[in-house]
Amino acid sequence: MTSFQPTSDTPADDTKLYSGAEIIVKILERQGIEIVTGMPGGAALPFYDALRQSEKTRHVLARHEQGGGFIAQGMSRVLGTPQVCLATSGPGATNLLTAVADAQLDSIPLIAITGQVPQQMIGTDAFQEVDTYGLSLPITKHNFLVRSARELLYVVPEAFRIASSGRPGPVWIDVPKDVQVERIAVENWPEISTPDTPVPAEQSIVKAAADMLNAAERPVFYIGGGAVSSVGASEKLRALIDDKNLHAVSTLMGLGVLPSDHPRALGMLGMHGALYTHSILDRADLLVVVGARFDDRATGKVAEFCPDAKVIHVDIDPSEHSKLKHAHIAISGDVSTTLDALVPLIEDNPRTEWASEIADYRRRMPLKTPDVDNPTSPYGIIKATFDSAGPDAIVTTDVGQHQMWAAQAYPFNRPRQWLTSGGLGTMGFGLPAAIGAALAAPDKAVVCFTGDGSILLNMQEMATLVEERLNVKIVLLDNAALGLVYQQQSMYYGANHFASTLQEAPDFSDLARAFGIPAWNLGNLSADKARERLHEAFAGDGPALIHCPIEAAEQVMPMVPPGGANRDAIDYDSKPTAEQGDRDHAAAV
Amino acid sequence: MLQPYKELPDTAQRPNTVLQLTVRNHSGTLSHVAGLFARRAFNLEAVLVLPDKNADTSRMWLKVAERQRLSQVVSQLQKLEDVLKVEHDPDGDDIFERTDAAIA
Ligand SMILES: Cc1ncc(C[n+]2csc(CCOP(=O)(O)OP(=O)(O)O)c2C)c(N)n1
Repeated sequence: MTSFQPTSDTPADDTKLYSGAEIIVKILERQGIEIVTGMPGGAALPFYDALRQSEKTRHVLARHEQGGGFIAQGMSRVLGTPQVCLATSGPGATNLLTAVADAQLDSIPLIAITGQVPQQMIGTDAFQEVDTYGLSLPITKHNFLVRSARELLYVVPEAFRIASSGRPGPVWIDVPKDVQVERIAVENWPEISTPDTPVPAEQSIVKAAADMLNAAERPVFYIGGGAVSSVGASEKLRALIDDKNLHAVSTLMGLGVLPSDHPRALGMLGMHGALYTHSILDRADLLVVVGARFDDRATGKVAEFCPDAKVIHVDIDPSEHSKLKHAHIAISGDVSTTLDALVPLIEDNPRTEWASEIADYRRRMPLKTPDVDNPTSPYGIIKATFDSAGPDAIVTTDVGQHQMWAAQAYPFNRPRQWLTSGGLGTMGFGLPAAIGAALAAPDKAVVCFTGDGSILLNMQEMATLVEERLNVKIVLLDNAALGLVYQQQSMYYGANHFASTLQEAPDFSDLARAFGIPAWNLGNLSADKARERLHEAFAGDGPALIHCPIEAAEQVMPMVPPGGANRDAIDYDSKPTAEQGDRDHAAAV
Repeated sequence: MLQPYKELPDTAQRPNTVLQLTVRNHSGTLSHVAGLFARRAFNLEAVLVLPDKNADTSRMWLKVAERQRLSQVVSQLQKLEDVLKVEHDPDGDDIFERTDAAIA
């Protein structure tokens, strides 16, 4: 590779030769990386030895590389900058794959650095050799196999630039052991890389979008994770929506961009969105999509999604335009800078009829949160947790019913407060992501909502949590089931439950205690007593596990039948029909 | 004459079209391009790769089915870091026909 990075005027020490490993560490330090996380192994040992000597970058030892990947993701999701995870070759690299794929699907900036067998052994089926480049290729934004120590001066800053520019994503750097030990003279360090400045959208297109919005009678904004990534977008969207009486739905990834209790926030759309949300979308004559990609979990059957609406699609990634739904106006641009151009062109228009129609839907078809005052019911534990954790807490989840209950009912108030695996839906995300969040925001409490299924997938990170003494409260909704699977089998597979109950479970409180985490059990307590215990659990500033037994029969409602249109969602008072349970179209859980 | 890639009319009478890519010349680039077509379930009818004289870049000709989703695949190609340029080569079929004739 012959490309190079602009060099800075920071000279390197010219009395010494730097090893490849030292070069990586030095560049990480210069990029402001304070914490890296992972697990060492043979092919990464030169790098680890260089890291040991760093005074600026410390290492958090993960107990599984997937855990390390999610810890780094937790930091990235909170900070908005690329964070770094490490692994050795072979099994270290394969263990990282899931966390990196997860970052790719949620557009999270992440740098994965792995050791590789020495170059002369590549291709010989050497011990712990896998084709990391080939494995990482389809699940990263970009990847590198580094061929020389000198290349690192280009590759490492370039990885930071790529991960954080445009639509963020993971970049993987595979570094053979001989490259880590090769020594070279370095004159000046490369420039510290920063994200490319987004190119402002063309003014004529912005003007056309403004005209379309000004002419719309029933517009709805559709806010996605891109509005979280784009710096300043949340404030600008709030201001626009407030000043111009606009309304907005949010995707799972966009939660928090508008506060949940904002009077013109219309909730989360998608498979478990409220009926009113979908009815309003059905009536919309214009969708203004900001940083969202029409994921099938959000749109339901896309051919029937918002049938009467024109679409203005603002996305920094032009390949999202008209990928799944035709964009009448496609704006290639960062949400925040696009809003700068768009907002001054938006006219005042109270749209009173539309506002009252919306209010009417909301009143008639609200999100139901049964039993919310009982702290050991699904919605009750979400709410009681908020009451104990307070508005500053950061929330992570695993994947399943608990994730959806939290998405529906937790009161969010800001972007980067809500960390969930949206695109890949990875069980095992919650605990390590919470550890990463706590490392990135040591002044805040972090809540991890999890299930008795998911918690076991990265439970080993409890050891990391204890070692780092972080303020992470694990709230375990224990329904003795793989709840979301159980629910789908109840609804669409003739209630033939198979491979979805978890009877032989460990005693989760004892398990936590075995790791050194104090545990509180909310089972068989009065509501008041349960709330009291929850407060106790939140009182300390170290880790805690709160074990909350709930019924396996509890279901997340509403639910759009997999493969169905959002308007066909069923709620507590309706039962699925045979056609709705179309097994052939059953989406993944 | 090469043309900047623009959305092409979905012409049934011309089943294939040829894209010419300028790419970074290293061993991973072909995997990136071929992998993109495979995972986006898009047929790649033929590929030809030649290094440019200066050896930093290569040119890649892709013969692809000209269907509605082509513009989607092109915009995905444009996102690949190792792909520097995507152009439409209206006479590109020639290259494949001549190669075909040469090896027949
Ligand atoms: C790694 C992984 N494997 C399998 C699934 C499929 N899946 C989705 S939800 C779910 C059950 C989750 O159970 P639990 O964590 O107990 O949460 P609950 O739904 O009961 O709240 C499963 C198996 C997944 N999303 N991720």
